[in-house]
Amino acid sequence: MTLELAANHGVSVQENGLGSSPLAIRGLTVSYGQKPAVFSVDITVQPGAMTAIIGPNGAGKSTLLKAALGIVPALSGQVTVYGDALEKQRARIAYVPQRASVDWDFPTRVIDVVLMGLSRELGLLGRIRGRHRARAMDCLNRVGMRDFVDRQIGQLSGGQQQRVFLARALAQGADLYLLDEPFAGVDAATEKAIIAVLKALKEAGKTVVVVHHDLATVTDYFDHVFLINTSKVAEGPVEQAFTAETLQAAYGGRLATAQIDQISRALG
Amino acid sequence: MFWDALTLQLGYNASLVAIGAALLGVSAGVTGTFLFLRKRALVSDAISHATLPGVCLAFMLLVAFGGDGRNLLGLLAGSALSAWVGLLCMNWLTHHTRLAEDAAIGAVLSVFFGFGIVLLTVIQTMGVGRQAGLEGFLLGSTAGMLWADALVIALGGAATLVLVMILRRPMTMVAFDPEYAAARGLPVHRIDLAMMGLVMAVTVVGLKIVGLILIVALLIIPAVTARFWTERSDRVVLLAGIAGGVSGYVGAALSASAPNLPTGPIIVLVSFALFALSLLLAPVRGVLAAVLRHLRFQRRVHIRQGLLALAQGQKIYEPLTLRLLKRAGLARADGVATEAGKARAAKALRDEKRWEIVRADQAHEATAALYHGLRDIETVLTRDQIAEIDRQIGGPQGVMA
Repeated sequence: MTLELAANHGVSVQENGLGSSPLAIRGLTVSYGQKPAVFSVDITVQPGAMTAIIGPNGAGKSTLLKAALGIVPALSGQVTVYGDALEKQRARIAYVPQRASVDWDFPTRVIDVVLMGLSRELGLLGRIRGRHRARAMDCLNRVGMRDFVDRQIGQLSGGQQQRVFLARALAQGADLYLLDEPFAGVDAATEKAIIAVLKALKEAGKTVVVVHHDLATVTDYFDHVFLINTSKVAEGPVEQAFTAETLQAAYGGRLATAQIDQISRALG
Repeated sequence: MFWDALTLQLGYNASLVAIGAALLGVSAGVTGTFLFLRKRALVSDAISHATLPGVCLAFMLLVAFGGDGRNLLGLLAGSALSAWVGLLCMNWLTHHTRLAEDAAIGAVLSVFFGFGIVLLTVIQTMGVGRQAGLEGFLLGSTAGMLWADALVIALGGAATLVLVMILRRPMTMVAFDPEYAAARGLPVHRIDLAMMGLVMAVTVVGLKIVGLILIVALLIIPAVTARFWTERSDRVVLLAGIAGGVSGYVGAALSASAPNLPTGPIIVLVSFALFALSLLLAPVRGVLAAVLRHLRFQRRVHIRQGLLALAQGQKIYEPLTLRLLKRAGLARADGVATEAGKARAAKALRDEKRWEIVRADQAHEATAALYHGLRDIETVLTRDQIAEIDRQIGGPQGVMA
């Protein structure tokens, strides 16, 4: 793999024929201190697919997303979005951060959070008009949170908070959706609601990338997987890249053999 | 006297101070809110203390070049410059060393303030008599406020307000969810710097009235006060502006109505009074409301537990439970249920059984999660669903409420 990487390094995206990929990353390394959290990772997200980023705790899944978006600085590597520089294509990306990343006692209501998704359209001084509100309401409706518009966000359950975050992303009307652990600590109803929305996005031709931790649902929810443990372990369609071997390679001793057996049985 | 001061009939200087203080209060309240929302309230303390060396150096320069050492514009320019340097130091310390922000604040605050005090002492020993009033920048001094000074404050405050209004959306987004803001392409770092720059502007403008030691109070207390009354950030900003403005105006009037009352500290005390009132009386977040809420909740728990005990023929030992049941007319003093009590008790027990069925049933998983012992089952299930559960329980159906 390192050889492959060396070969790719410095080769322009156009020559690679990656121009159509919603998100292509080459040789990305991110480090907090002296120990890389993500080391020399390549990923080519398939357009119109639902991709799961999978790996053990601390494998750099969230860091990979954050570095791809420029939220944390990368030490090296190149990120292209729809064959273009990230900054030029930012408007086409919607990001759903981890729920734990914000203070839920912040004085803001559900509707205000969703309206943040429209900030580009509103600009600095633009008035919030009826059509903006209507669009925010529509997005809340899609995640089943219409009845909660005027609630302070701290009064919501964890699952409801996650749905509000998703509604904010929907309001952007983006083409590429990056979600960081959207199913972590949410109730079953929320998980169902979120996956329904994501599948609808896919039907509409959008691209969805999800940092995911529940191996049992990977085959149900996703068509592509990206396995990472600091560096890339495997990438491809679920049936090829999500196997007992790749899981063993990604998780090592951390995944009980029984679990792997169970998953490989499920995979047939 | 106080009324005269409030209606601006206490002379030119007092009126000037009152209006200036009100304007300063509004802009400090509004600007400080964003600092408070970003959870960086103490940054303003470092910024304000870092103004002192600038004030002193500016004075020395003015005197050295033969000007008037008390030229307010010159002194404010000096203070802004050194506050900005302090701000950059703090920023650098937090971003490029392993120091956390609180340590960086402490370091910058004390070093700059210490240096400022040294300069102040040097100026005093220069003994030229022209330094009169420079200590006024520590705690504010409004005695000799001029029309030009008031104008500087008014214009500075207004300019800050306009900038805050322009930047309010990005500043709110960064305060609530900096990662999302960064993902949207907002320059988080620069927005933070702009926010602190605005705080610096307010600080500099407010030096003359409240002084650098107390300006932090005027930046933070109104925001904290406003937070008690609303769950919306735009309203926190608005209310903080009002609270700041009222504090400034009333405080200035109070201090003018009696001899030897210092303006800055009185303004801070007035704003504290508003804070204390809010802390006690605010409808949802206030202390009294919280106590009442807790008592109501406790009452519900005791009555529910008492009813379940009555229904199962258990003796009630807890005096509070008994007292509450008696007051509600559900039990007699000896702990025997009244007719009304019997009916409520039977209903409580049946509801508990209904919940048991719901919680044991996989199909009701989402509903079962809502159980906490006090929730009325009618609020989560339809009449038909409850009837269906009752069929499973069997027995008399007469206790349906």
